[in-house]
Amino acid sequence: MSFLHRHLLGIEQLGPQDITTILDLAEDYVTLNRQSAKHSDVLAGLTQINMFFENSTRTQASFEIAGKRLGADVMNMAMQASSIKKGETLIDTALTLNAMHPDLLVVRHPQSGAVDLLAQKVNCAVLNAGDGRHEHPTQALLDALTIRRAKGRLHRLTVAICGDIAHSRVARSNILLLGKMENRIRLIGPPTLMPSQIEQFGVEVFDDMHAGLADADVVMMLRLQRERMDGGFIPSEREYYHRFGLDLEKLALAKPDAIVMHPGPMNRGVEIDGTLADDINRSVIQDQVEMGVAVRMAAMELLARNLLSSRPDAA
Amino acid sequence: MTVQLFINARLIDPEARTDQPGMLLVSNGAIAAPPESAETPAAIANALKLPPGTLEVIDCNGKCLAPGIVDIGVKVCEPGERHKESYRSAGLAAAAGGVTTMVTRPDTVPAIDSPETLEFVTRRANAAAPVNVLPMASLTKGRAGREMTEISFLMDAGAVAFTDCDHVVQNTKVFARALTYARALGALVIAHPQEPILSDGACATSGKFASLRGLPAVSPMAERMGLDRDIALLEMTGARYHADQITTARALPALQRAKRNGLDITAGVSIHHLTLNDLDVADYRTFFKVKPPLRAEDDRIAVIEALRDGLIDIISSMHTPQDEESKRLPFEEAASGAVALETLLPAAMRLFHAGQVDMPTLFAALSLNPAKRLGLPCGRLAPGAPADLVLFDPDVPFVLDRTTLRSKSRNTPFDGARMQGRVIATYVAGAPVFRRD
Repeated sequence: MSFLHRHLLGIEQLGPQDITTILDLAEDYVTLNRQSAKHSDVLAGLTQINMFFENSTRTQASFEIAGKRLGADVMNMAMQASSIKKGETLIDTALTLNAMHPDLLVVRHPQSGAVDLLAQKVNCAVLNAGDGRHEHPTQALLDALTIRRAKGRLHRLTVAICGDIAHSRVARSNILLLGKMENRIRLIGPPTLMPSQIEQFGVEVFDDMHAGLADADVVMMLRLQRERMDGGFIPSEREYYHRFGLDLEKLALAKPDAIVMHPGPMNRGVEIDGTLADDINRSVIQDQVEMGVAVRMAAMELLARNLLSSRPDAA
Repeated sequence: MTVQLFINARLIDPEARTDQPGMLLVSNGAIAAPPESAETPAAIANALKLPPGTLEVIDCNGKCLAPGIVDIGVKVCEPGERHKESYRSAGLAAAAGGVTTMVTRPDTVPAIDSPETLEFVTRRANAAAPVNVLPMASLTKGRAGREMTEISFLMDAGAVAFTDCDHVVQNTKVFARALTYARALGALVIAHPQEPILSDGACATSGKFASLRGLPAVSPMAERMGLDRDIALLEMTGARYHADQITTARALPALQRAKRNGLDITAGVSIHHLTLNDLDVADYRTFFKVKPPLRAEDDRIAVIEALRDGLIDIISSMHTPQDEESKRLPFEEAASGAVALETLLPAAMRLFHAGQVDMPTLFAALSLNPAKRLGLPCGRLAPGAPADLVLFDPDVPFVLDRTTLRSKSRNTPFDGARMQGRVIATYVAGAPVFRRD
């Protein structure tokens, strides 16, 4: 098992072997998490700080549980309410925290590249929990694990990613990961929500769900942010749902065994039909949440190993 | 009477479009015609009837001697942010970079928009800087785009051009009136062609790289839209106009048509847009954040070709000092701009060494054209012109270390870059203001 990275900043830096290593280890944690005694001590004695400069309930909870199950001391910092408001720069915040000797730093920030910047200034391992519109690597990894378990493989699949691609870090990380694992990627959404020259990433672009969903193995829906709904990028919620919302009729165009994914939180009736989201035969949305904890445990274990072996007091 | 003779020089004459060995005679700070048929220092001293030993002979050792650079658009952070750059530090940097005339920007805090502020600046500049400093003033008060400044008073106080810098005058009526008023006074208006609403909030050029990095981006078309509007206003008002930076291929045909139609328009480009592209930003390197954002490689090549063909007239440094604090931020939040007074010439040499632009063309864009546009006598090697000169070795290689820069701010994108070409000495009106040991 080799995983030679100091941080997990994005999928861009990972190779197919790195991705497989994380997913394989995560399988063990899926098993562990389903037992009554869920505790491991691979991070015992280590300090994990979750720094969220942007609101998050799900991702933060997932990282917190992952750290606690591995025996780390976990601290959550709601950065929106803290010194940032007093005018402290990101780098000063990082240096201050660094002086407290954390071992793992989980960071979410509203600006692209902010986590990379922070990682340059600290001695610990940094996990990107989402930076602006750039990357959200653990989300792509948990999606990959969910797909691999549902489909039995993570290559040569047709994956349709639908919705607000332009503002989505989830989409970027997934495009990179699924591309590295040699899948066929289709992006479906209104052209106003499509990043410029995205076709150069080796993906097919559609603005029609019917064409884009044909024979897909995986249908990945993205959340449409409320602030994009009114007139700016799309005319209205209802027109969006009509054209790009996933319902049974549109899903019928995909393969009969196609799975439906969503990174959450969902807007029922905007991008996805509520009944469909709850259909346990098609939707793997709850599995994604479960895989999230396992993948984060795996990623943190691998980074912690590298961190400890790089320290002078390594046994 | 002081008489200097530069011998063994490789003379770069942008006016004659020549690059050839020769010598240059300077008398009392101005370039002079050598006496007929006198070809050696002794013969010249003799012909001029100079007392023995009074002819200062400067051996250039075959290195390039060119008219000093006239740099339109230098930001010196006085008044307001002297910790970023003062007239003293900018002047020393200019001298070391072969810039003999800095044409300074009014985007200071507060903006240079009244004769009083302009007089303060001129006084500071003349006392502190070893090179010529010519100030520009803002076109509208506070660069706010609402009311025009006192253009006539400001011209009397020494303003050589009027610009709101990177603030586009959004209100077309205000801009049209300012252009009309400026035209009557013969004032040069410099504008930043950009569609302001389309480019609002953008810190990258839209394309594959910006999409990968998740940065808010603007289409290169925003520049052409801004230029198209300004050109229409020029047709309407007949004003003298210079576009500070044309950086995209799509804007070039519009510029060409405007010139062909006889409008009084010139265009510039920053050295960074000629030598870097959007991929150089790499892992969110904020020293590469400039305004407008760096463009795709195709645009860079198109702009170099336009420079070679004379469609783009002027290269400038767009020297913009920013302190570390304003750059050590996430890319979107970080300040725009790069220092370039000292790296302008070595970076320009990249175009020469790549075989893209010859020496006379480069110095037309660096020295002659900006001087002509501002009605200055410098920027040429003709007899009578002031002896503002730069002596440089175009071939010497070095690795740039930003800590050696003379600017107070060292936000250069060329830190650690391999460069070729360095200034040996700089002369302003014949007096040495810089000499590399």
